[in-house]
Amino acid sequence: MHQAALLGGMIRDAPHYGWAVAQAPHDWATMADAVQNHVRSLNWGHRVQLQDRKVKYFNIKASFVNAHTVCGVSKGGEETLLSAEHIVIATGGRPRYPTHIEGALEYGITSDDLFWLKESPGKTLVVGASYVALECAGLLTGLGLDTTIMIRSVPLRAFDQQMASLVTEHMASHGTRVLRGCAPERVEKLPDQQLRVTWVDLASDRRDVGTFDTVLWAIGRVPETSSLNLEKAGVHTNPVTGKILVDAQEATSVPHIYAIGDVAEGRPELTPTAIMAGRLLAQRLSGRTSDLMDYDNVPTTVFTPLEYGCVGLSEEAAVARHGEEHVEVYHAFYKPLEFTVPQRDASQCYIKMVCLREPPQLVLGLHFLGPNAGEVTQGFALGIKCRASYLQVMRTVGIHPTCAEEVAKLRISKRSGLDPTVTGC
Amino acid sequence: MAKAHRSGLLQRLLQQDPVYDYDLIVIGGGSGGLSCAQEAAILGKKVMLLDFVVPSPRGTSWGLGGTCVNVGCIPKKLMHQAALLGQALTDSRKFGWEHSRQVKHSWATMTEAIQSHVGSLSWGHRLALREKAVTYVNSYGEFVEHHKVKATNEKGQEAFYTAAKFVIATGERPRYLGIQGDKEYCITSDDLLSLPCCPGATLVVGASCVALECAGFLAGLGLEVTVMVRSVLLRGFDRDMAERVGASMQQLGVRFLHKFVPVQVQQLEKGLPGRLKVVAKSTEGTETMEGVYNTVLLAVGRDSCTKKLGLEKIGVNISEKTGKILVNDEEQTSVPYVYAVGDVLEGKPQLTPVAVQAGKLLARRLFGGRSEKCDYVNVPTVVFTPLEYGCCGYSEEKASEVYQAENLNVYHTLFWPLEWTVACRDSNTCYAKIICNKLENDRVVGFHVLGPNAGEITQGFATAMKCGLTKQLLDDTIGIHPTCGEVFTTLEITKASGLDITQKGC
Repeated sequence: MHQAALLGGMIRDAPHYGWAVAQAPHDWATMADAVQNHVRSLNWGHRVQLQDRKVKYFNIKASFVNAHTVCGVSKGGEETLLSAEHIVIATGGRPRYPTHIEGALEYGITSDDLFWLKESPGKTLVVGASYVALECAGLLTGLGLDTTIMIRSVPLRAFDQQMASLVTEHMASHGTRVLRGCAPERVEKLPDQQLRVTWVDLASDRRDVGTFDTVLWAIGRVPETSSLNLEKAGVHTNPVTGKILVDAQEATSVPHIYAIGDVAEGRPELTPTAIMAGRLLAQRLSGRTSDLMDYDNVPTTVFTPLEYGCVGLSEEAAVARHGEEHVEVYHAFYKPLEFTVPQRDASQCYIKMVCLREPPQLVLGLHFLGPNAGEVTQGFALGIKCRASYLQVMRTVGIHPTCAEEVAKLRISKRSGLDPTVTGC
Repeated sequence: MAKAHRSGLLQRLLQQDPVYDYDLIVIGGGSGGLSCAQEAAILGKKVMLLDFVVPSPRGTSWGLGGTCVNVGCIPKKLMHQAALLGQALTDSRKFGWEHSRQVKHSWATMTEAIQSHVGSLSWGHRLALREKAVTYVNSYGEFVEHHKVKATNEKGQEAFYTAAKFVIATGERPRYLGIQGDKEYCITSDDLLSLPCCPGATLVVGASCVALECAGFLAGLGLEVTVMVRSVLLRGFDRDMAERVGASMQQLGVRFLHKFVPVQVQQLEKGLPGRLKVVAKSTEGTETMEGVYNTVLLAVGRDSCTKKLGLEKIGVNISEKTGKILVNDEEQTSVPYVYAVGDVLEGKPQLTPVAVQAGKLLARRLFGGRSEKCDYVNVPTVVFTPLEYGCCGYSEEKASEVYQAENLNVYHTLFWPLEWTVACRDSNTCYAKIICNKLENDRVVGFHVLGPNAGEITQGFATAMKCGLTKQLLDDTIGIHPTCGEVFTTLEITKASGLDITQKGC
């Protein structure tokens, strides 16, 4: 859906490049149908793969009976008992509802619902500051919908805050209404089926109301552990987060029971980490390897309208770990070539590389805000894994013209105070 | 003064420290020349830059900035972008955008917009030179004697300048075939990228990056395109990848005529663009063929601009075969005070960033007391065909030559970009390949990707290769999901295994 939104931007660019296309409306139903069909094909693909690999697949909701036995209940209510030598819990998480807010559960939806809507969500209020919140608010705006995002305190809390600011600034200047420092109090349904939301401005304590077609909660996710009867198996969870406690081998408090993915405490909530952890675990259990998962320097990308790719430490984390005198930050504001002809605003296109100050200046973190951020960041994540230094990055010849080459051209340090705007061809 | 003369001091001073007009004169205001001149000025030297564009046979000319800015990378990538937007318009309908099916493209609108940007870059370079106090003269520079050049402007007026050191950065210009009608009727990239009127049905002669990139975006803009290839596509590049690039272009409707060379071009009709008849001969026999096109674009290679620089007057050696300037690993020519950077050099990658880097480092070595040399190893590059091809390091052929085939592990896979699924584009066209040296722990010596945003993907991997990237490190790295680049972190199948790499799902 992010891609659909980006295509909207391309349709706006096209006339500048000579294409005689009029501004087009967007039909949610067509998009949803195509997206949902693709997802279903992936579901099917997974079933076929399991079959091919002779994995027995049960469509049942499982919970523990004891440390080696689970009981699964089918949709029809039938129970099946299964016992195993090893058990892996990978139940993930689900979006959280703010149950303390009146009307939240009855009238609001979450990302679980958004991607399966058959009809347009219309004028939408997104509540939250997570990447889910920003991504959803961003794509809805890009599809031409009246979108507001309500952020209680800071956007993208776990990320580099300067970058988080730029991401949000970009959204605010490109059609998303951003309400900072506000928290919803109540959601009511109006006779015409619209939703009225009352919220409070936390600084002034003033109340405000707004009317929306849809309210989307994106305030975090809860691990799927409550219905697992973990205590019957003796598996411990973190009392605050509800996530399952694991060691470096992904083992829980019970040696033959493991947990991977979003349900495990302290793990990045990302698909590829879960996939790799799962694969390595299986290989260790079958004796093919003793390799453990490396959770350091996991690259990721936030797919907001202007994408943010990052790997390694944020500036704050680097300074906290090494001290400001030992950290050098190189940065640049750049303009993607493709933005020039349509005169797109590139104010937030920004790159920052956080390094150790001592030569050879080991790269601690890379932050890239711009188009195709995921593609740009992936290779540099490899560089960081190879313990790249600033010098090595600088010695890499750039590919011209791309946005990624700007990483290899970073010369201005924050410390110098010089203008980091890239000029020239 | 008289005392200095009597003691012989004055004589020695005159001999040891001749007074030149400038510390440095750079001949050529392109990527390499601008970079070198500006860096030298930053280091406090008195610098002159001479730049002059000899109009193409069709009369096309341009301002400061060289090939990249005016008739290379920049306008090319913008036209490539225009073509990609055409594809995006088609895709967008599948994603719910409701615009009319047939969208027309206006060449004039596009070119005007692109030229406007090119002009602003050129202007930006002039300002930058002024800011750094580099004396810029729009004149053709050539050596007349040691340490002295003659600069001739548009009107034929001559001026003479001397300098302690010189840097030649005169680059190249497109080559013609030397057949009847080529200079009169054919155009080259020098003309295409600022052509005021739509080229219409085009025959592209050549199989270089330039040929395929131009053919690609012309097709993407809706024009009928034929490519006439003498022997192989993208000579010097990985064979397998070159073939895949060709196949992807065929998928988009580009017609290829293999193993033919044009022997004559005739004008059937004048006009903008007019009609041309091309007669071509097979390279493998006596077969001939004829075709009629609105435009014939020659992209058969580039010749370095070294013939009329007066190099023979001062003894700067050039390659007899290629005409390019011979330098040592510090970009110094056979004449100690004369250096060269950029496309004009023998044996160096012909890329803007290479020239920019080389120019900067050269200035630092000459005037800044630094010793760092330009690192020409593992220079990444991208061919901006409709489906882009990015690479760094060795082709399979070159790797086999250097390391022996049995010492190589070639991992590969086809992949289906997520954005292509809903758009119903082919699932088995995009391709990723790495070549690893078994004897060095499967170190990656060749990186190849055919897919969207190949440049953005390849850049970071080039840095990783510089740091000794191995297959194990790739396997240990988590992919960013969903992207195309992540495919490199999950490569499993080797070419040698013969296992199936066709795509099924996420």
